[in-house]
Amino acid sequence: MNDIQKEIMKLKVQRGGPEDEARYDTFEVPYEPGASVLDALIWIRQEEDASLAVRYACINANACKECMVQVDGQVEYACTARLSAGTMTIEPLSNKRLIRDLVTDIVPPKEQLGEVNKK
Amino acid sequence: MKTDLVHLSTDVLVMGAGAAGMYASVAASRNGADVILVDKNLIGRGGATIMAQMTVAAAVGEQEPDTWEGHYADTLTAGRGLCNERLAAILCEEAVERIHEMDGWGVGWAREDGHMTQVMAPGHSVQRCVYVDFLNTGPAVAKCLRTKVAQGDNIRRISGVGITDLVVNDGTVTGAVGYNQEDGTPVTIAAKAVILAGGGLTGIYRRNSASLNMGGDSYALALRAGAELTDMEFVQFFPIGHLAPRLVGMDPIMWDPFRYKLGGRLFNGKFEEFLHNYGEEDSGKYTAPRDITSFAIMQEDAAGRGSPHGGAWLSFEHVPEDDLRAAFGPVIDRLLNNGIDLTKQGIEVSPIAHYHMGGVRVDEQMATRVQGLYAAGEAVGGANGANRLSGNAIPEAFVFGERAGRFAAAAAAGKSAAWEGAQATEALDRLAARTSGDGSQPDSLDLPGMGKELMSLMWDQVGLSRTHDTLSGALSRIQEMRAAVEAMPPSSGGEFDLALRGWYDLRASLLTAETVTLSALNRTESRGAHWREDFPANDPAFETNQYIALNGNDLESAFVPVTHR
Repeated sequence: MNDIQKEIMKLKVQRGGPEDEARYDTFEVPYEPGASVLDALIWIRQEEDASLAVRYACINANACKECMVQVDGQVEYACTARLSAGTMTIEPLSNKRLIRDLVTDIVPPKEQLGEVNKK
Repeated sequence: MKTDLVHLSTDVLVMGAGAAGMYASVAASRNGADVILVDKNLIGRGGATIMAQMTVAAAVGEQEPDTWEGHYADTLTAGRGLCNERLAAILCEEAVERIHEMDGWGVGWAREDGHMTQVMAPGHSVQRCVYVDFLNTGPAVAKCLRTKVAQGDNIRRISGVGITDLVVNDGTVTGAVGYNQEDGTPVTIAAKAVILAGGGLTGIYRRNSASLNMGGDSYALALRAGAELTDMEFVQFFPIGHLAPRLVGMDPIMWDPFRYKLGGRLFNGKFEEFLHNYGEEDSGKYTAPRDITSFAIMQEDAAGRGSPHGGAWLSFEHVPEDDLRAAFGPVIDRLLNNGIDLTKQGIEVSPIAHYHMGGVRVDEQMATRVQGLYAAGEAVGGANGANRLSGNAIPEAFVFGERAGRFAAAAAAGKSAAWEGAQATEALDRLAARTSGDGSQPDSLDLPGMGKELMSLMWDQVGLSRTHDTLSGALSRIQEMRAAVEAMPPSSGGEFDLALRGWYDLRASLLTAETVTLSALNRTESRGAHWREDFPANDPAFETNQYIALNGNDLESAFVPVTHR
């Protein structure tokens, strides 16, 4: 297989939980043009910081709809937003309860353990 | 961190909420059982179902005359002599009823001239596969079943709970232990019957078309509860998974429906058609079975005739744009947004881990040898033998799901709960140890790194081409990693702790990987999806299934005669 030429971009990622003052970690991410924001988040968990909390299931198919985040202030699926040169800022959805880092509460209320346990 | 235990109880617990788990829940519910349906991800949004692009095989005979026996004969041929004939017959016969039932529930099978449209797929003798346009079979099936599950008033759905262990009392399953992904809360669920519907194992391979939650959980849970697995050496590699250029927001299996509808031509790196050199048709015909096409692409690349990224070229350049648009409408624009103009360029494709033929050994009621423990869908082994026919995975989810739900409900009826909290202690202690930290200490093992290593190891050494040396090397490394992970001290914690999930996922994946590797090592012949470079011939003496089970912490396997009808 040919060596694929990789470029470097910076991903600025919001960290912390609902009680914390929002802070940002910046990661230098090598990428192949065309790669997605989710590719970069998976790479960060694998190579740089395994404690980064991010939600996804189907990885690339845009089928599970779990990976919605804010990319430079716009709501997008991490699996379809493309990486670009320079710095991109990734934040959790602002209209959902923050759990930690990029993870917000998107589970339908009737499917939550706490709700089921009340019955 | 919350640490207060949540305890629930039900008649039937279903683990995994793809098509098999959802169908099982509906069937158990309508047969009178209370059901709890849990998934590590969101109900009806993870797993393999949602990724299904197109074909669902069933002899509904609306496009042309067909019989379930014809479907059964094609399934056995594809399975290279190893199908469990009883399971294969159930699959083919009952698929017809399930497709009609889903039709009645409004799934929206594609229609023309007042009948369901059925297309030809490789290995089928007639036009047999129904689908939902455009490339929408999986999402439509998932949505339809999500609605049915939500309507069942005795079905409780829980998203974001991972099941870590089954609780077994004297050979009978009595429930399960798990954790809530959001905050690590331990959960125990008492159940009179448990259905494993957590899908296959393709997530343990570097190149895969899996969701995150497909790392072999069902297999590891079954083994640790005392059940047997069968045919674990047979991993299906889908031959023409997308390779290049980078494509986002689309499943890598998407070229399959393109070939059903439009043919398409497969070339090696020298732009020569090559399938005829492997005894199959080319020139736009999509008839070669999956195992042979995967093998051919791999051989071409190994001989220095691969495409630039190490696969083959797939071209639709000869297909007029109007025909492309008529067949795939909006998908053509999604491709253009990805910079791919099919009228002007080929794309690169190569094999990708796609489905697991092996799995939990069950009888015709989907029951394992552990009382009260059932399996459904891809988690079940045997129906597809050494190579699965295109389009058999979704009907398998429906048919085996319906059966598992129905028989589990019958088994639960009139039975009293046998749950004893003390028997969950070991699993709960293990979980408590993993959630005792505050997230400030790094893990003592590099879990993501080990996961990545396992995926590379499986791809390179237990993948399309296997030898005694690659397999025995992989086996010892997997055993070493499994021992390290199982002995790993606690350290992590925090909300939505992926390290917690990562540890349990890896614990399941490593045991599952070991079953695949050991089974492949034992089968010293080539058959179907299992290619031994050092034993390239098919050996009639190996027309047998291989069962594997845990004895203590060690795996034991045995070859047994194929189950005939």
